[in-house]
Amino acid sequence: MTDVRTMSLDDIAARIDAVAAEADDVLRARATERADELLRLGEGILETWLAARDETPTDREVEGFRLLALHRQGARGTPSFNACRETCRELVYYHNLIRLDPTHPDTARRLRLAAMVTRHLALFIGGKLEVAGLGEFCCSARPLRQREAGAEAV
Amino acid sequence: MSGKYKKVAYYPGCALEGTGHAYNRSTKAVGKALGLELTELKNWNCCGAMEVKNVDPKLQTYLSARNLSIAQDMGFETVMAPCNGCYHNLKKAEYDLEHDAASREVNARIAGKTGHTTYEAGKVETIHALDWIKEAIGEDGLKARVKNSLKGLKVANYYGCMYTRPRHIFPEKDQAPGSESTSKPHFMDDLLAAAGAENVDYPLKTACCGGAHTLSDSDTSTKLVLNLLTTAEACGADVIATECPTCHTGLEMHQVRAEKVFGRKTSVKILYFTQLLGMALGLSPRKVGVHENMSDSSDLIRAKGLG
Repeated sequence: MTDVRTMSLDDIAARIDAVAAEADDVLRARATERADELLRLGEGILETWLAARDETPTDREVEGFRLLALHRQGARGTPSFNACRETCRELVYYHNLIRLDPTHPDTARRLRLAAMVTRHLALFIGGKLEVAGLGEFCCSARPLRQREAGAEAV
Repeated sequence: MSGKYKKVAYYPGCALEGTGHAYNRSTKAVGKALGLELTELKNWNCCGAMEVKNVDPKLQTYLSARNLSIAQDMGFETVMAPCNGCYHNLKKAEYDLEHDAASREVNARIAGKTGHTTYEAGKVETIHALDWIKEAIGEDGLKARVKNSLKGLKVANYYGCMYTRPRHIFPEKDQAPGSESTSKPHFMDDLLAAAGAENVDYPLKTACCGGAHTLSDSDTSTKLVLNLLTTAEACGADVIATECPTCHTGLEMHQVRAEKVFGRKTSVKILYFTQLLGMALGLSPRKVGVHENMSDSSDLIRAKGLG
């Protein structure tokens, strides 16, 4: 099992790409292992965000998943973080789908989609680490430049 | 179908007069084909979109509220805004005016200075183009009017972010069964399925496209969009259906940029849901502005017998 605690965001992204590129028979043979790994990679992505904010990532769970607890922690005080809420939930959904029936004929495709969802999470967090305001304007309806502009315009 | 929203005020917003003109054209054409009456707001103004909201959100609330007051003065109870940004801002203004005394004070002060009606929360309902067709016509009504089924067309429905977030400004969502969902929206899926399309299970339907940062941090936006496009392709989609001019333009622009900058070519097409519905209703691709899109969907449209 990959130890995400020692991985950078770039390492995680590379590992996601490697999973997505695996042959169907490999993905089918290691379905549950890969589903768990993608979930852990997702947690690692959120841990990176929390570490950048000098927060200790929680070990708690929400609805049985640490990923969702980490998301809730990351969104505290940062409503724009909700821009990745559904992405996290989709990852949990695919994890459950694969774990529920790892021999399903669609398992390889489901794992690839789970990898793409995880990649989106990595891209969003990567973007947010570059520009903290990513998602501020749209997802939280918060102004980006009010402090720069000073007093109200009117 | 309740018959509600047969006659509504229409707020196209700035984008639909520019990069999103195909959405404007196709929304009007679909409304006409369905016998729905749209009356454009007289002398409407910008909703305050990014520029004003970034600097002074209360001024943005006023600007959006002015549009609502125009609808009220024109005798309408409902205003339909097809652009997610406009829809979101009008809903946000409604919420702020209901819950924030300072917003009410700023709105009343500027409205008084400029000499028009001060909009008060609760007078006019803001809806999206999806609510409009879903409620006024419904899936059964749409099915009955389809002349050119979208059968065989695999669609990934992309709603973007501002249609559902933040949740608190959309109190009508996540209510009784059948209402729109903020976590897994389905109105566009429902309408396109009624027109014969096969919706794929697209896991990124509300995921971030980096839209607001498309110029300031283009690489992030391009990477996010590229993942949206490749995921749609992995889901087997022929086309991504959009319901927002910002999402639509972002997907089109970054599809081109992803190929130029990262050498990653994707072939999934991008069309407004109103363009797909219009063609299903028998309108020509030109009538719904397919020629105004940046991406060329003509091969797909011909192959599916839609034009």
